[in-house]
Amino acid sequence: MTDNTSGVSAGTERTAQGTRDVPVFSPTTDIHETADALIVTVEMPGIDKDGVNVALEQRELTIAGHCRPFAPDGYALTHAEYREGDFERSFTLSDAIDGSAIQASMKDGILTLTLPKAKPEPSKTINVTAG
Amino acid sequence: MVRYSPGTALWSDPLSTLRRIQEEMNRGVGGSRWHATTEFPPLNVWRGEGGVLVTAEVPGVSIDDIELTVHQNTLTIKGKSVPDGNVPEESFHRRERHYGPFGRTIALPYGVDSDGVKATTNNGILTIELPRPETEKPKRIEITQG
Repeated sequence: MTDNTSGVSAGTERTAQGTRDVPVFSPTTDIHETADALIVTVEMPGIDKDGVNVALEQRELTIAGHCRPFAPDGYALTHAEYREGDFERSFTLSDAIDGSAIQASMKDGILTLTLPKAKPEPSKTINVTAG
Repeated sequence: MVRYSPGTALWSDPLSTLRRIQEEMNRGVGGSRWHATTEFPPLNVWRGEGGVLVTAEVPGVSIDDIELTVHQNTLTIKGKSVPDGNVPEESFHRRERHYGPFGRTIALPYGVDSDGVKATTNNGILTIELPRPETEKPKRIEITQG
C-alpha cells in the first residue's frame, strides 16, 4: 500500500485550486485487510456525505472531501484549535480490486470504504496446433 | 552564582512534549492534520450576543459516548472513541487513527444555566450551544438627572 501523497503534501496544508479559499488536508486513515476485501476508514470531520468523492483508477484510489464552512449566524470565531478544510489523499493499492463493487458509507465524519478484492482471472490453456 | 530555575510552564505537563513529538512524527508519515493543540478534541469557540458556541472535531465518536457537564462557567467534555469492530493487529496495512478516552475542560466567559445547553453531533462535529442567561447579560443603566 503506497501513500501517494505523503511525500509532498501529507499533513501539511495547501490551498484548494481555483476559487475555494480553504486549506486541503491529508485525512487520517486506517487500512486493514479481510479475507476478501480491503477496508479503508478515513477521518473527515465536518464533511457531509454529498461532499465526498471516491475514485479508483487502475490501482490508484483517490479520496476527496469538500467542506461547507460552518458560519453560525450572529457568532464570531474567537478561539480556534482546528481549521476547516477540504480533504484529499490518494493511495496505490497493492491488491487488485474489483472497482465495480466498491461500497462507501459515511458515519460520524468517518468514510468507510469496502474494496472487494478482484477474483483472480482463471488461467487459460492455449492449445498448440501443429503447423 | 547562577541558579538554574526552569520555568514552571515547562514542567507543568511533562507529557505535552511527548505528545508534540508524536504529533510531528505523525505529520512526517502523512498522518494527522495540523492542530493548535495536542489535546483531544480540538475545540473552536464562537461568541455572539446570545451566548457561546463550542464546536469540537470528534470523528468516529458516537454521541452516546460523549458526556457533557456544565458547572457555573466551566464546560467539561468527556468521552471515548471506540474502534469499529475487533480487527486483529496483523491485518492492518496502515494505522493512523487513535482511540481511547478523552476529556477537555474549558472556562466560559460567564456562568451558564445547564438547562439551556443544547448539544448535537453532525458529520463528526460536536456543537454545543451555551446561551447566556438573562441574569448574566449586561444591563443598561438609565442615568437620571439629579
